[in-house]
Amino acid sequence: MRPEHLIVAPVLLPLATAALMLLLGEGRRGLKAVLNTASTAAGLLIAIALLQRAQADGPAAFGIYLPGNWAVPYGIVLVADRLSALMAVLAGSVGLAALLYALARWQHAGVYFHVLFQLQLMGLYGAFLTADLFNLFVFFEVLLAASYGLLLHGGGPDRVRAGLHYIAVNLVASLLFLIGVAVLYGVTGTLNMADIARKLALVPASDRGLLHAGAAILAIAFLAKAALWPLNFWLPPAYAAASAPAAAVFAILTKVGVYAVLRLWTLCFPADAGASAGFGNEVLVWGGLATLAFGAIGMLASQQLARLAGYSVIASSGTLVAAIGFDTPALSGGALLYLASSTLAGCALFLLVELLERARQVEVGPSVIDDGAAALPGFAEGEWSPGTNLDDDEEALIGRAIPAALAFLGVAFTLCAMVVAGLPPLSGFVAKLALLTALLELRSGPAWTLFGLLIGSGLLAAIALMRVGIRHFWSPQGRPAPRLRIVETLPIAGLLAAVVALVIHADAALAYTRATAQTLHTPALYIDAVLQARPVAPPPRSTPP
Amino acid sequence: MEAVISIAIGVLTGAGVWLLLRPRTFQVLIGLTLLSYAVNLFIFSVGSLAVDAEPIVRAGVPADLAHYTDPLPQSLVLTAIVIGFATTALFLVVLLALRGLSGGDHVDGEEEAP
Repeated sequence: MRPEHLIVAPVLLPLATAALMLLLGEGRRGLKAVLNTASTAAGLLIAIALLQRAQADGPAAFGIYLPGNWAVPYGIVLVADRLSALMAVLAGSVGLAALLYALARWQHAGVYFHVLFQLQLMGLYGAFLTADLFNLFVFFEVLLAASYGLLLHGGGPDRVRAGLHYIAVNLVASLLFLIGVAVLYGVTGTLNMADIARKLALVPASDRGLLHAGAAILAIAFLAKAALWPLNFWLPPAYAAASAPAAAVFAILTKVGVYAVLRLWTLCFPADAGASAGFGNEVLVWGGLATLAFGAIGMLASQQLARLAGYSVIASSGTLVAAIGFDTPALSGGALLYLASSTLAGCALFLLVELLERARQVEVGPSVIDDGAAALPGFAEGEWSPGTNLDDDEEALIGRAIPAALAFLGVAFTLCAMVVAGLPPLSGFVAKLALLTALLELRSGPAWTLFGLLIGSGLLAAIALMRVGIRHFWSPQGRPAPRLRIVETLPIAGLLAAVVALVIHADAALAYTRATAQTLHTPALYIDAVLQARPVAPPPRSTPP
Repeated sequence: MEAVISIAIGVLTGAGVWLLLRPRTFQVLIGLTLLSYAVNLFIFSVGSLAVDAEPIVRAGVPADLAHYTDPLPQSLVLTAIVIGFATTALFLVVLLALRGLSGGDHVDGEEEAP
């Protein structure tokens, strides 16, 4: 066991857990739940350890592991740098929250939930850690195949219909991914990302067009997954149809596409890349702006809370892609903080959606939740003394206890809405402020457009979420309190605590994301670190007796 | 040979895209399959097409692309075939589930209004 083995652990651990759970067969849910939780928590701890190592090693921290022990451009390389570690921690947090939520009810809604969940995490960790283009494709397929299963989890016509569209769109995107990889391989003769970036300068002018075409096709595949307009019409129905824990995990799936674009574009097309400098940046900026506007209008237009959450994911994707397109370290640093805060808040929002919908259904006809032991208490309405203020129904206005469950939902929803809309004082605001400050220094037309759209979309999001809040919390009268299980409220509380921690330690978080952006925009660091990795010498063979 | 391969890829892609845009689920499935054939052929062709060349190094022959064919695209195609096959099978299952639930084979689960 060497310290480098920690880099491959987030991939191997879920794979081993999934295989073990497959062997256990369909039953034994309790044991599987324990295994799954332990493995997911261990994965998160490993990701945090990677993050701490990346931070402790200064700006140029690259943990490099060669899984096959082949010399560098030939074998697969796993790289845990600051960006990968940050994304892995986000994936682990989102995964753990969604899993805890699923333990209450959703794990019983279909077979193989735990196996699919672990494979989903394996695909996510692998996609964030790999430094090989084809290996990235393989991990994309792993996470997509698991997401097909998770989307269909629970069954029903809506999920199957949305699942069919989702699978068809993603299969086409995967084919485009393959075409892009093949063209890049044909032009550069390598699949290692660092090696591709190094060889781009040597590509003759006659092949430059082919190279750009390949990169553009690859980008379409990534941007379809990142839900860039006009490639994002699949997202709202699919995310609205998915079960709550699946949708919560999907909150990070769009970020995988954003991550891939950020990684490849900062590596391959920096400002000093000669004829390819800044290739496609304008498309990213304007595509991101259109996506942001589309997402904001969609939020305002949706009636269902689940669709609103889907459109908020689209809006955050648009912000990120537009910010990446400017290719400026200051803007990328703010965007990474925005990515962290919007992923956590998006995950919490998707989990809240189901609880709020359940609260509404209680109004229509109280459904029976089968256990009473692990539910939050609803306060009993006490008798009131004569002379107190009474409302229209002759009930006391003062001293009427808000049921704990409803209070929790209200506070959690308000915090979520504040992060999603970017209102002070939570992390969404800090991240948006970092973006706006960086935009002020750019002073170009697109920068002013993004500046205006960021503020405008925040306003639209605030209006849309406030309307939902009024509909769910203020307008209903005399509704019995919804019953929540504590295990369902834990993950939401945990995610919101993480968001609050991001504000309290905003200085450290921004310093981290800015250092990450600086490293990203100095691609030579990454290229040198990967190409200088050497295979481990084989252990000396014992002489045969 | 380049012309034959190009035409084959073009015909497969054209037929695949056409079928992909049809409203019946089975046509979409066949379209996806044809597209994946086209993509696999395309990957194969980026390793520079060669006749009578093998990817295994022999003693005494210099190891360069003038004497051998590139083995990497072949292994990529192999991986892509396996992954494409698995996801197509999954799509087929969802297709059958939708047919069972909706009773029709329209991709939206219901016929368009006439």
